[in-house]
Amino acid sequence: MVSRRVALTAAGVGIAGVAGAAAVGAAMMDDDRSPASASPGDAVAFFGEHQAGIVTPAQDRLHFAAFDVITKDRAKLVEMLREWTAAAARMTQGRDAGLLGAVGGQAEAPPDDTGEALGLPASGLTLTIGFGRTLFRDAAGADRFAIADRLPAALEALPHFPGDALRPEISDGDLCVQACANDPQVAVHAIRNLARIGFGVVSIRYSQLGFGRTSSTSREQATARNLMGFKDGTRNLKLEDTDLLREQLWARAEDGAAWMAGGSYLVTRRIRMTVETWDRTPLAEQEAIFGRDKGEGAPLGQAKEFDEPDFAAKGADGEPVIAKQAHIRLAHPDFNNGAHLLRRGYNFVDGSDGLGRLDAGLFFIAYQRDPRKQFVPVQRSLARSDILNEYIRHVSSGLWACPPGVTGDGDHWGRALFT
Amino acid sequence: MRKLSVLTATAVLGLGMSACTTDPEPAAPGDTTGPIAVKASDTACEVGRAETAAGTVTFTIANGGAKVTEFYVYAAGDRVMGEVENIAPGLTRELKVELTAGTYETACKPGMIGKGIRGAFKVTGSAAPLTADAKLAEATANYQRYIQSQTAALLPKTEEFVAAIKAGDAEKAKALFPIARTYWERIEPVAEIFGDLDPKIDGRAEVIEEGMAFTGFHRLEQDLWEKKDISKSGPIADQLLVDVKEIVAKANAEKLSPLQLANGAKELLDEVASGKITGEEDRYSHTDLWDFAANVEGSKASVQALRPTLEERAPELVTALDTAFANVETALGKHRAGDGWKLHNQLTQPELKELSDVINALAEPISKVAAVVAK
Repeated sequence: MVSRRVALTAAGVGIAGVAGAAAVGAAMMDDDRSPASASPGDAVAFFGEHQAGIVTPAQDRLHFAAFDVITKDRAKLVEMLREWTAAAARMTQGRDAGLLGAVGGQAEAPPDDTGEALGLPASGLTLTIGFGRTLFRDAAGADRFAIADRLPAALEALPHFPGDALRPEISDGDLCVQACANDPQVAVHAIRNLARIGFGVVSIRYSQLGFGRTSSTSREQATARNLMGFKDGTRNLKLEDTDLLREQLWARAEDGAAWMAGGSYLVTRRIRMTVETWDRTPLAEQEAIFGRDKGEGAPLGQAKEFDEPDFAAKGADGEPVIAKQAHIRLAHPDFNNGAHLLRRGYNFVDGSDGLGRLDAGLFFIAYQRDPRKQFVPVQRSLARSDILNEYIRHVSSGLWACPPGVTGDGDHWGRALFT
Repeated sequence: MRKLSVLTATAVLGLGMSACTTDPEPAAPGDTTGPIAVKASDTACEVGRAETAAGTVTFTIANGGAKVTEFYVYAAGDRVMGEVENIAPGLTRELKVELTAGTYETACKPGMIGKGIRGAFKVTGSAAPLTADAKLAEATANYQRYIQSQTAALLPKTEEFVAAIKAGDAEKAKALFPIARTYWERIEPVAEIFGDLDPKIDGRAEVIEEGMAFTGFHRLEQDLWEKKDISKSGPIADQLLVDVKEIVAKANAEKLSPLQLANGAKELLDEVASGKITGEEDRYSHTDLWDFAANVEGSKASVQALRPTLEERAPELVTALDTAFANVETALGKHRAGDGWKLHNQLTQPELKELSDVINALAEPISKVAAVVAK
């Protein structure tokens, strides 16, 4: 009989390996989570001060799901969060979702794990939960679960940005879970089992599969490319940037919502790319739009990817080498009050759109301490001026308060929010 | 109707049979002696043990022959205690069957024909069968009465519907279509036990096997709503009535096990979740909500029959089921239209999603009922 428990034994070796890797990175001392999966199959620690899946080096695959809470019963919701936490703690360690498992239970009962991850290792799975604004107050302003007084100010609804073409049915939601893994089957399995555990309490509002991480959250990782063929995560916040993380990523009690201390705010945007027209764009124009060369990823005028861009430099024609409307200029912290984001987006291709075009793009994911000071100003300046807008459409949007990590067996997702 | 109705019927009848396994699970509840290996070939049927202790008996049938085979356990008078159909050459399948002390016969049927290669089989001891539990015996008896009440209405309503078709009265036939189906949809898992009749009565165009005609309710539905021509529908209508009469007789003669009740309750909701929410089943008439309501009522009838047992063994499950059933009824109740229901294409996507959510919320606890019954 194949069991994920067998795989766990193998993963156990990997966990030790991860701990070893943690000792190497002295910069990560303020974070008690072991960071990187040493190899793609290893388990990432579930318990810790912060939730895994934020600074964890970006895995290759994503299954993101937004849920609507369909019960009115606060106790049921809390009970489900408790069950989700137990299942998440198990699944991230490469085990079955339930205690009995996919094949070990009673013959007459459906198994308490769906089974498609049997025999697969933990695959670096992380599960990260977030709470949407509508969990606190519904559209009419009613306090749904007696937590409206805990609504963080930073969870203020995102403004309408120029060019937004948001579709409500794939936007927002009361809860979200980001599942990242190095094996798509493992990420899909995790969301599927949580959805099943949640039947009657939550309902999936939308879910998104992603492949090909588009950013690096660790200096150990090479910068990945987006579907336009560019390296777009070069200046990302990385887990080694200890001081910046403290200042820009993790919420603190004094920010206003004590229960969010150690948590972070997540913005998700589904960004459709019209890849067909992009592919007909001359190379020089593509590079001018991003402000980087396509091969090396160096800022225009520089030689290497991580060279500092020189925004003042002018070319022979007297125009800036990096155009005024170039993507890297508009997104740069220097032009956004020093705002940084920790991005960990994924490429997606959801088949074609019936008009012979790929339904493709970027599922943008960014974590930060306060979206009002970070994502919102950056996106405002991008939405207003970025010449890239000709090739992209924002079709889905979400904003989530991701609580701090689960500290141990007695703790669960949302405990501080609901007590 | 389920797309794989024949397979489903086998599963319902097989009393916890699990198909296509090469790794037999020992130690199912009540199983005291371990699985019995059956080596089937085109000319032989070697049963590993000819005697075993009473309780749930597991047979592991390996087909080493060149023909597709079947395996049966018969009680006196060729009463089928359990069966596995369609065992392809090279496959091993499992049959779990609950047997009390007595003499039985085993049979392999290479080529799936005839009386098969028979062998005597003896069961000793006194492990109490599920139906020896007084509450469960009462449950099956109660449910049997429910089947009788539903079939007693199914037959005359189908007769009326058939008469309207043959009289060329399309409006009357359209009005009777969802009403006659209500009685059918309430007891559908029982109908599915008779694998060949179900597709004839309730098959849809795409599930008809090669060599089989598209007949039954949905063929007449297509004639009424899509082709808008019932002038040639008489023979189809006649055939429907013949088939319904046959299934009514068989359903009333069938002895159901408590596990069949439990699984039937779940399967009715699966029907709703897969065929009714999507509007796939009644695609010409859009009367899916009638079927939806009937499936839920049938599911509730099964659960209610089992209620005394469930209250004794899993009271918290009963509470959860009551709440979930009430939520389904409330959500569905918003879509009443006169004595019946709105058409599927009159509902918005959010309304359908709400129905989908409440069905999933009910189906999860219902999927736990069988395990409680089998305890």
